[in-house]
Amino acid sequence: MDLRYLRENTDVVWEKMLEHLSLSLTALAIALPLAIVLGVLATRVRWLTTPIVTAVSILYTIPSFAFMAFLIPEFGIGRQPAMIVLVTYAQLFLVRNIVAGLKSVDPSILEAARGLGMNEAQLFWKVWLPLATPVIVAGIRTALLAIIAMATLIGYINAGGLGELMFAGIGRDYPSQVLAGVIAVAALATVTDLVMRALELLTPVARARRHAAG
Amino acid sequence: MCRPRTAAVRYDQVTSGTAGTTGGSEIRLEQLTKIYGHSDRPAVDNVSLTIEPGEFVVLLGPSGCGKTTLLKMVNRIHEPTSGRIMIDDTEVHQLPASQLRRRIGYVIQQTGLFPHMRIEDNVATVPKLLRWDKGRIRQRVRELLELVGLPPEKYARRYPMQLSGGEQQRVGLARALAAEPTTMLMDEPFGALDAITRTRLQDELKRIHRQLRPTTLFVTHDIDEAVRLADRIVVMRNGRVVQFATPLEIVTDPADDFVADLVGANDVLRRMSLIPVASAASARARDSGEPSEQISGSAFLREALGRMVESGQDRLTVVDEDGHPDSELSLDDIRRAVGEESEIPAPHRAAGDH
Repeated sequence: MDLRYLRENTDVVWEKMLEHLSLSLTALAIALPLAIVLGVLATRVRWLTTPIVTAVSILYTIPSFAFMAFLIPEFGIGRQPAMIVLVTYAQLFLVRNIVAGLKSVDPSILEAARGLGMNEAQLFWKVWLPLATPVIVAGIRTALLAIIAMATLIGYINAGGLGELMFAGIGRDYPSQVLAGVIAVAALATVTDLVMRALELLTPVARARRHAAG
Repeated sequence: MCRPRTAAVRYDQVTSGTAGTTGGSEIRLEQLTKIYGHSDRPAVDNVSLTIEPGEFVVLLGPSGCGKTTLLKMVNRIHEPTSGRIMIDDTEVHQLPASQLRRRIGYVIQQTGLFPHMRIEDNVATVPKLLRWDKGRIRQRVRELLELVGLPPEKYARRYPMQLSGGEQQRVGLARALAAEPTTMLMDEPFGALDAITRTRLQDELKRIHRQLRPTTLFVTHDIDEAVRLADRIVVMRNGRVVQFATPLEIVTDPADDFVADLVGANDVLRRMSLIPVASAASARARDSGEPSEQISGSAFLREALGRMVESGQDRLTVVDEDGHPDSELSLDDIRRAVGEESEIPAPHRAAGDH
């Protein structure tokens, strides 16, 4: 393994990795509110469930390079089309888990909450959403990992991140640079996964479960 | 019992002193009908009832008779198709649904406890919605946990899934009572519990009701439970009220064959298990010495008979709640009480288990 590039350009790799992370988190920050709206809509309006879930599944099946090529005439290259791609792909994981999470909450708990006098907003924020969080946070974790993986491809349209490093390495036929990017992306994904799993343990439901077990 | 004539009690102003002064509202159902969208037969069919303040009324009937629908119209989980519901002098639609419900205790079979909240936070749900101050909420939660027999120091910080089914339903009861409601709605709250736990909770509910006197509507299909708890029973069938009377009247004088069948009125053992000792007992024969065996006046004749068979005595001393001898019960008393309405029970009639 030729780690020369990584050794000699640690600062560049580090910088690109942070850029990659910031790109990914930005995409998630845009994707999540949209997914919550879609997910809640799909749960509350019964006839919308299938259309919404089907739509996000179909969008996910579009090949990424084709998707980017399709966006370039309208948005050019750079950040903007890249974000559109990432946000779109993240919807599948987010919406699917938000719907599954909200549906997994025992209806009798919701009836009790209503019966005790919570209005719809209180019901949603105090009971429904907290009880759905374990499944939703798992969805966020999957979505974020998918975004991180996908974000290497958008280096191809000069949107920054570790992908730029790799595509530059391929262009210069310099495998050590490509390898540096690969290692950095793998490390980023692994750490993100661990952090998100830790977050899952902090949800109120997980805390209650831990209490019951111990 | 007097009830507030002026626009109901302001619950947010009720001080949370030691529980025991809550009292109940009058509930009046006026020509209440509910037809679900997909059905042409009404689930509740033109029901009019007046529940007295502080009364414990059980809605009894087979599944699909409309008893749960009726109950859930009172707190507007279901909306009536026509007719109206008055709680004291307020029509239930005069308030926003959420405000109305904060004044009404609500207990359901599945408990509906919030699994992500500690017991203390579950119980504090309605006081928090009513924005009581923190000290008052903490005080009230302790009081309530004591009331339902769960020592706060042991239970307050636990989560629902650490509790047994019976304990969970005690929490459900405490949560419903938290803001001192003058109306309680209970939908088969003990239906999922084992027989022993169920009986114990019935006794506790009875005690708590005697203490706080909230007007209570309680849905069940269990005749034993109905008789044990009810001041009066509403027997329902196909959305209509077939009979509205005291448990004793319903057992000894069922309105029709349906009610007789439902409560097993023609079965001697069934009747004996429904007639309280106190209602069959006769005055103590002062000269003939006191029978050594005692039985509580609130026990049923079936238990008294068992006691006689066991002890070989044909007379029992009936004691009141405080354990003081009150009257006396003989085998003849039992025979008289059971035989009063239906001379000799038909022997071919199977002891139907309802």
